[in-house]
Amino acid sequence: MLDTEKPHARTIIELDGVTKNFGAVQALKGITANIREGEFFSLLGPSGCGKTTLLRMIAGFDDPTTGTITIDNKAMAGIAANHRPTNMVFQSYAIFPHLSVADNVGYGLKKRRLPKAEYKREVEQALEMVDLGGYGPRAAHTLSGGQRQRVALARALIMKPKVVLLDEPLSALDKKLRDQMQLELRQLQRSVGITFILVTHDQEEALIMSDRIAVMFDGQIEQLATPEELYRRPVNQRVASFIGVMNFLEARATKSSETHVSLDVQALGKIDIPRAGLPDGMKPEEIHRVGVRPEMMTILIDGAPSAERIVEGEVVETSYYGDMTYYSVRLNGLEAPVTISMRNTAGRAVLRPGETARVGFATDSIIVFR
Amino acid sequence: MSNRRKNLNWLNVYAVVYMVFLYAPVVLLPIFAFNSATIIAFPLSGFTTEWFGVLWTTQALHDAVWNSMLVSVSTAVISTVLGLFAARAVARYTFPFQRGIMGLVMLPLVLPEIIIAVALLIVLIQLGLSLSLWTVVLGHVLVCTPFSIAVLSSAFRGLDPSMEEASFDLGETHWGTFRRVTFPLVMPGVISSLLITFTISLDEFIIAFFLTGTEVTLPVYIWSQMRFPTKLPSIMALGTILLALTVALLILAEFFRRRSATRRGLDASTTEGLI
Repeated sequence: MLDTEKPHARTIIELDGVTKNFGAVQALKGITANIREGEFFSLLGPSGCGKTTLLRMIAGFDDPTTGTITIDNKAMAGIAANHRPTNMVFQSYAIFPHLSVADNVGYGLKKRRLPKAEYKREVEQALEMVDLGGYGPRAAHTLSGGQRQRVALARALIMKPKVVLLDEPLSALDKKLRDQMQLELRQLQRSVGITFILVTHDQEEALIMSDRIAVMFDGQIEQLATPEELYRRPVNQRVASFIGVMNFLEARATKSSETHVSLDVQALGKIDIPRAGLPDGMKPEEIHRVGVRPEMMTILIDGAPSAERIVEGEVVETSYYGDMTYYSVRLNGLEAPVTISMRNTAGRAVLRPGETARVGFATDSIIVFR
Repeated sequence: MSNRRKNLNWLNVYAVVYMVFLYAPVVLLPIFAFNSATIIAFPLSGFTTEWFGVLWTTQALHDAVWNSMLVSVSTAVISTVLGLFAARAVARYTFPFQRGIMGLVMLPLVLPEIIIAVALLIVLIQLGLSLSLWTVVLGHVLVCTPFSIAVLSSAFRGLDPSMEEASFDLGETHWGTFRRVTFPLVMPGVISSLLITFTISLDEFIIAFFLTGTEVTLPVYIWSQMRFPTKLPSIMALGTILLALTVALLILAEFFRRRSATRRGLDASTTEGLI
């Protein structure tokens, strides 16, 4: 997925110091970001972080209190939603229940007064694009949730917008359908090459679909990066705990040189990490806490295979997921248990609570953040 | 078990008594309308359609019907249009003193009509306006608009706000959005509002009595005829026709509501959009 990243693509949306006040509450505290042409961009964050507010301001349903939004080199101040080169897929899909599928899809096109034959062809093409060929004459209210979503997409794409805005488009679907639609949406975005901006609170969804993700908390972007970078190098503890599962361990720097920093990590002992592993501008003495992902630790059974470093602990809880087993292990010298995930390969034994576990890890799996 | 059956019996009795009390007088209307005697009393003397014939030839009644139609249709249209604006505003915007303003708008719903009638009469006379059917329409609009707002508010509450946004987002103007999306979706509410306000205006007596000039509406005409015992049977006939019309109107309204509910994918038996 990294190969689809287009670092040199031109900027399609420029957000410059965008703030939004609702009465005394500041919902957005200065958002500055560039969104590139043709990328799948996600605004990820917990509810109330301002991501939907930001999306609605890009769409033109709301105006920023201060700051500017530029779309395709054109300042958007004073331009209403019906004159912006953006189209939205709403969380509720907002399919017009009194119209047929074809009339829904062609709703915006009607304004353009195309010849009848061309109009029909465009609508049919849009429906085929979302695998709903031949559904045109159906009544909109007979559609299933997944089909509604496709109609909403076709209705937006037929306008040939510069940017498609998606407000939690998958949250109303059940898990199986959601997984399938994630891939379809991603493929569709690649084939049409239009910029998609997705708002979601589901970190997994954002990781799977996006070229780049802006993680938002309390009206601010905490980190803007590719999915891989976000997962591997979260800039702070908040991002680290929001993206995937992270074990936090107390740590402090004991010694530092030009190239390396020696850390004393709770339960894991002395670990040397390269200086480049620190977030930009962070000094070694500012380190208070480090993190380890569950899959970066291994439970060693019968001494094999070996690992760079080994610590011992007691299994507190075992959660069996079929393909994976999640262990809660209380490492010696640590109060709170850490989470360790293991792939259930053939013949691997599953440890029970109370058993002693030997936990192996590599020193380069330690993540330092603010 | 036996206790429950006993309760059920009492409930049945209560239900039957209630229905009889509610509808028996209504059933008497057509019975006496076809009775040949001029006195409204049992036993019945014979079958006749004479009273309907009398209606057919009474010019004053025709005028009253025409006046009432004029007043009721105007009231229904005006109060529904006003109700539409108010309900849309309440459902979509928050503005200062919203609750207070809406309380004042809805007040005529609970204000005694006699007070509204007298108050309006005084104001109209002070303004030097002459009384006519239009002053009756004015009074009726005042009373009917709150009903219209109540009906249409529920229609707007059932309307997903992103429907209007989606239309606007797809390049449509505000007016175009209202025409192509909002209005069709609140249509069942609009029809309900028209029917309800029409019915209220049609049988309203006090305001019409106080505010009309020389032209009378149907209820005022009926009241004036009650003084003459010989006219009673034809009033019964008139009541019968009105009853039949009302039932027909209700069936029609329900038909439209169900059809639109089905089209919107709602269960036809729900009352959504009606009130």
